[in-house]
Parts: sequence; C-alpha cells; structure tokens
Amino acid sequence: MGFVTGLQCRECGRKYNIEPIYVCEFCFGPLEVVYDYQEIKKAVSRTTIEGRAENLWRYKELMPIEGEPQVGLNSGFTPLIKAENLASLFGVKELYIKDDTVAHPTLSFKDRVVAVALTKAREFGFDTVACASTGNLAHSVSAHGAKAGFNRFIFIPASLEATKIVASLVFKPNLIAVDGNYDDVNRLCSEIANKYNWAFVNINIRPFYAEGSKTIGFEIAEQLGWKAPDNVIVPCASGSLLTKIWKAFKEFREVGILDEASPKIFAAQAMGCNPIVTAIKNDTDVIRPIKPDTVAKSLAIGNPADGFYACRVVKESGGYGEEVTDDEIVEGIKLLARTEGIFAETAGGVTVAVTRKLIEKGYIDKDEVTVICVTGNGMKTQEALQGKVSEPHHIKPNLASFEEILSKL
Amino acid sequence: MAVKVRIPTPLQRLTDGQEVVEGKPGKIIEMIQDLDSRYPGLAERVSEGGKIRRFVNIYLNEEDIRFLKAEETEVKDGDEVSIVPAIAGGRGNL
Repeated sequence: MGFVTGLQCRECGRKYNIEPIYVCEFCFGPLEVVYDYQEIKKAVSRTTIEGRAENLWRYKELMPIEGEPQVGLNSGFTPLIKAENLASLFGVKELYIKDDTVAHPTLSFKDRVVAVALTKAREFGFDTVACASTGNLAHSVSAHGAKAGFNRFIFIPASLEATKIVASLVFKPNLIAVDGNYDDVNRLCSEIANKYNWAFVNINIRPFYAEGSKTIGFEIAEQLGWKAPDNVIVPCASGSLLTKIWKAFKEFREVGILDEASPKIFAAQAMGCNPIVTAIKNDTDVIRPIKPDTVAKSLAIGNPADGFYACRVVKESGGYGEEVTDDEIVEGIKLLARTEGIFAETAGGVTVAVTRKLIEKGYIDKDEVTVICVTGNGMKTQEALQGKVSEPHHIKPNLASFEEILSKL
Repeated sequence: MAVKVRIPTPLQRLTDGQEVVEGKPGKIIEMIQDLDSRYPGLAERVSEGGKIRRFVNIYLNEEDIRFLKAEETEVKDGDEVSIVPAIAGGRGNL
C-alpha cells in the first residue's frame, strides 16, 4: 500500500520527497503530506473500514505510511458518547462527546498522533524518538516508544509538576529536564533535531505526526452513522488538531465515503491563552503571540504554529472562536463529570464551557448536531481542581455517625 | 552608520556567509529590495508580491513588524533588523 505521493509546502507549493523534513527550504512554510485520492478512492470504502479492527488504523489508506501500521495497534476508536444529560441542560437536541479521555495507552489524543509518528519513524529507519512536551505528548512518546522498542529522549521544562514527571518516567525514557519554559525547550529541541539523527515527533516528523489527528474526524463521521455533524468544537493549542479534523471531513468527501460533509468548526481556548480566538474575533489571520497564563496547561501555546491555518478553517467552515476563564474551565470539567460521568482534563473543560457559551450566544443552533472534542483525561490535571471540589463527609466507624450525616444530606 | 540586518543561517548562502549585512534606511520592503540588488535572490525568499512571506518573521529592534506597520515600517540608521524563519530548524544549511 502507500498512497502518499510526497510532501508539499503549504505556502509556495514546492514539492519534496517523502523524508523526515518539515519546513520548505525556499519560503520556510510548513510541509504537508500529499495523497493520491483517486487511488485511495478505489482502495477503500465504508465496508472495508467497517470490517477492520476498532483502532485508528482502520483508516490506514488516509494515513501517511508506506507499509503496514506498526505502532498503536490499540489506539484510537474511542467512544462517541451521546450526551443526553448535558444536551438537556444546554437546551439542545443532539450533543455528543468524542471521548479521548480513554485513549490507549496514555489517556489523551496524543496517542493517535504518536502512533502515526512512530510508525513513520520506523519506516524511516530511526532507532531513537524524541519530543518536547509539557505532559500528554511526553507520556505518549514514552509509552508507545517503550512498546515499540525505541530509544526515547523526552525534553520537559524543569518546573513541570511531579505527577506529570512520574507518568513519563514509569516508561523509563531518557527524561531531560531543561531549565526554562516550554518555548525554551522547543527552541533547544530544534537545535538538537538538526544535529542528531533522531525522530522528533513534533519537529522533523511533524508533517506525518499531525496527520494522526484526522482520525478523530474520521471516527466522528463513522460513529454518527457515516455522516458529518453540524458543529465540532475543538480545543486549540498549536491549532493543528482543528485543521486536521476539518481535513478529515474534506478527505472523506474527496474519496467518496461521505457525500456531504461541511461541519462548522469552532475553536476553543482559555482566556489566558487565546491568540487564535482573538484573531478569529478580530477577523484577521495575523496571530499576535501572547504569554500564556491559564490553568489549561495543555493548551498553553502562546505562539501557535498552525494558528493562521486554524483561523482560515474556522472562517471557511462558517464556525467561530470562543474563550473561557479559568473558573469557567473548572466549572466545565465539573459539569461534564456530573452530567455525563466523564472526567476530562482542563482542555475538556475548555471545550465544554466554550460550547455552552456558543449555544447561549446563538452561534450553535439548538436543533443541530454538535460534537464536543474532549482530548484528555482529568486524572492527569487533578491539581486544577484543588480546593474546587467539595470535601468528603467524615464519620466515625459506626452506624449512628453515618445516619447523622445521612440526615443532613 | 546603516541599518544592521541579521540574516538567518539558511539565507547566509546568498550573503556570502555573512551573518550581518548593512541595509538602507527607509521602508522595510524597500530595504529588502535594495538588499536583493546586492544579494540576488534574497527578496524572493523573504517576500512575495511586496508582502513579507507568512512564515518569515522580521523584527525591528526585537518587535515583530506585523505589529508595527508591516512592510511599510520605517527603519533608520542604527536600527537592528532580524530576519527569522517562523519555524525553527529545517535541514541545517541546505
């Protein structure tokens, strides 16, 4: 198999061979994978997909690999949950949660992109994989890389919370704690990527890695019974995920799997890190970098690499952008937990709270089908809820003590 | 004294390996055109149709010119201009 014809600069259109490269040598634009959709159309159908195992590789023809999938054979195909309780609270007819809190193996959507990146790294012949990360990506590269037998170098800001460090260290990668913030770590990693022949999943493997995010869109369409929703609310850090979910629906149309698919795509950010939403609201595609200050750490990218493209997708699709405060994020997490029994990380609190706002402001119609992307598990960001949830009821180990409490509840 | 222009590694091939070159005061876009007359090929790498390319950042004394007057930003003697690809890295000096 293998339906990739090459790489192409998104800006100037210059073509490149399939290599671990990511930036156009001429105009410095980002490179993107190019597929032969005509051939894919002949090779894949709803029936072929339905006959495959329930993981992200059931869409392998639309993934940027040459041979068979090698990593993440249990990743993806997370539940699409009909959120009836939340829907009635929000006063809308049909609401779904795309629930990546149960992603395998490390409980965030990064397990999808890393599955693709590491399969590609193996195809390129790399023996070492690496990443710069503040959390979810570090966990996923550590875990997927352990199973696949790669040497792993994970670069994190030294100030990272202890629980996040443990969740990487348990997989025994080489964990490098850098004195500096995430931007410093990223800059250093670019230098290291130039010098060492390693597969940095979010640097030199980025064009391939990013494609893994499309599987969220593919799955939403399939799980809705082969149709696109009217609205999708996507959390934005770099903006890449949002552009890839849009691309997924476009590709399904392109290869004839969907006849019609034109969901509105909505960008969700925290007020403390809102460069993409700000640009959308100001109706510009010039992203003004900011210094992030939000409880939603997994979305805290102040200078989003795909911000421009994210703004363009939102506009093209007829969507919009909305932002929420840290308090609203925490309320979003609690609301989703209490109504749907899903414990989302802060980014999920962002999408839930943003959805509520979009409905209240009339950007989302009450009769439409809406999907909220929840991309990571709340167990990972429990510190965000410190002091924000109620205390347990303390009793003595006897029935009278229990009944005393019970009478007050 | 002229404008001090910092050239990123991937473009130093066009400036005979020089990391810093001298620019002419005036509008940024005109300064780039002028540099192109001495270092042919530089302008098309950095700009297209009179606009700075999307993935090229230009800083005037550390401030991104997009938040000044973009291509029309005036530079004067003694200013420092840096040309920086937005996506760091690439394939070394290719």
